[in-house]
Amino acid sequence: MALRDELGPYFGEYGGRFVPESLIAALDELSAAYELAKHDPSFQRELADLHRTYTGRPSIITEVPRFAEHGGGARIFLKREDLNHTGSHKINNVLGQALLAKRLGKTRIIAETGAGQHGVASATAAALFGLECVVYMGEVDTERQALNVARMRLLGATVVPVTTGSRTLKDAINEALRDWVANVETTHYLLGTVAGPHPFPVMVRDFHKIIGEEAREQMLEITGQLPTAVAACVGGGSNAIGIFHAFLDDPTVGLYGFEAAGRGVDTPEHAATLTMGRPGVLHGARSYMLQDADGQTIESHSISAGLDYPGVGPEHSWLNDIGRAHYRPITDAEAMDALRLLARTEGIIPAIETAHGLAGALQLGKELGPEAIILVNNSGRGDKDMETAAKYFGILDGGAA
Amino acid sequence: MSSQVEAAISAKGKVLIGYLPVGFPTLQESIEAAVALVESGIDILELGVPYSDPVMDGLVIQEATQVALSNGFKLAHAIEAVKQVTARVDIPVLLMTYFNPVIQYGVDKFATDLAAAGGAGLITPDLIPDEAGEWLSAAEKHDLDRVFLAAPSSTDERLAQAVKYSRGFVYAVSTMGITGARQDVDVAAKTLVARLRAVGATHVGVGVGISTGTQVSEVLTYGDGAIVGSALVKALNDGGVSELRTVASELAEGK
Ligand SMILES: Cc1ncc(COP(=O)(O)O)c(C=O)c1O
Repeated sequence: MALRDELGPYFGEYGGRFVPESLIAALDELSAAYELAKHDPSFQRELADLHRTYTGRPSIITEVPRFAEHGGGARIFLKREDLNHTGSHKINNVLGQALLAKRLGKTRIIAETGAGQHGVASATAAALFGLECVVYMGEVDTERQALNVARMRLLGATVVPVTTGSRTLKDAINEALRDWVANVETTHYLLGTVAGPHPFPVMVRDFHKIIGEEAREQMLEITGQLPTAVAACVGGGSNAIGIFHAFLDDPTVGLYGFEAAGRGVDTPEHAATLTMGRPGVLHGARSYMLQDADGQTIESHSISAGLDYPGVGPEHSWLNDIGRAHYRPITDAEAMDALRLLARTEGIIPAIETAHGLAGALQLGKELGPEAIILVNNSGRGDKDMETAAKYFGILDGGAA
Repeated sequence: MSSQVEAAISAKGKVLIGYLPVGFPTLQESIEAAVALVESGIDILELGVPYSDPVMDGLVIQEATQVALSNGFKLAHAIEAVKQVTARVDIPVLLMTYFNPVIQYGVDKFATDLAAAGGAGLITPDLIPDEAGEWLSAAEKHDLDRVFLAAPSSTDERLAQAVKYSRGFVYAVSTMGITGARQDVDVAAKTLVARLRAVGATHVGVGVGISTGTQVSEVLTYGDGAIVGSALVKALNDGGVSELRTVASELAEGK
């Protein structure tokens, strides 16, 4: 069987459904609706039309030679998901799930968000389809991504700061799950990454695999060959699986996911789940996670809100174990350097999440040499991160802050 | 092979099941509180294992388990608490636990140690029978009860499955929601219990949202057990063991 054909609920020993019984009916209903939609040409046409006329797909490919000079001279190409409407890859999944929610007759969507990009995309889709929208966001993240909180509110969504636990993405997911248990009849939980109980990991992947499908064709057209390596940042893993998926059965293409190493994997402050974690159950699926000896989840750290998550999608855990994809840590400092470098050499300011993949590409370029062709998922733009970046680089004028 | 919990229900007819988290506010105080519950008329104890990501729990239990974790709760304390409580009182003691801690401890090892400590079994809020293969064989091997949840949203097929794989009782979740006190018992509870009986349930505990003696009486007109959690945790938090005794006795009058 081709690696691309995995349909869940399990990827090897990972995945499944570790959730309260109250949610099983909704997950079954969602699985069934998704199966129908997947094979329904009218659903596929509606989604494709939205992507063409609203998202702005296909997203372009940009070669970044001045940036690549700092990466061993390999050719580096960016898949420009940052140019999608709302500024990141997240919209691909959101439009797909919002269409499904409408089919299911749900009038309300809830979402979790870390960086706020998934929340903004969800609020956008809710506005577009006339749905009520509630976004759960850790209080720490509402502070560091204040611009996105304002965007969501302007779009008509209710943003609920989550004050329990570590007050970041993990706790926002807990709170969204609690809301869903209580309101499942009217509400669709629009989960924003390839984690969670089945069918989310497969369904979210399927909505994002268009990234790699487009990019594979574009790269063949531009370079006449498949890339040597494909790189992406990994939080929950949606943009990474989105660009990896089309290449899973191309054995010459190396697949590399870059996790947040925060202040370093030799410190307690990181979010490098596959590098430093071990298998367990979190948020409804068996996968790698950061945990102590007793199975209590360990709080993660990353300068990037969207990667600040102690879990990872089950398909990545499986790809890791079978050796098809490789996962490496990138520190806050390495990511911020890559962010500034891309801005200064190419005039593109990426999201801090994305910058982890870019830093990884520079590493790969040095290892693979000037013959290599590296495709990077430029998953989002950096506007939302200006406050963090300005503080980090000390580039705000005194009075302006 | 015999179920401590089923024996208790058969002996008493209707039972009051009380929940308290281990380690709240400290291990020793939680053990004293559990003993006080039994002295105040609770028939079956459900000791909660504090967990970092308790998705089935409302604020009262979240806050209490967070305190327990901050005060240094370790998984081994859960087994220790069962051991100390069963040595002092003669009623079944179940652990209520999210599943990842059990996986990390080792499912069979956890079952071995729980059985050795005199524990009756596990209530598993985020483990459905479909994913429970390893736990079911460990429970069988060590003669432990396994309590699965049934929800108002469950299909008849899934209710039948919950009944088939549960031993001790099947946990009827009274309402679509998380733990926490509610003004009224959801009418969904009565319907759910009837549906469970229709697929063969002989022992049904009703929980989530029950907080007064009147509500206990009400659910015991159709259920075999009434499960109370947040109201007890709140009492312990607000007024210590003496307040806990008062609230537990009031609940027990509902039997
Ligand atoms: C731009 C961007 N990239 C990546 C991520 C990380 O998520 P995932 O690993 O699911 O792609 C986020 C999440 O917020 C994001 O906003």
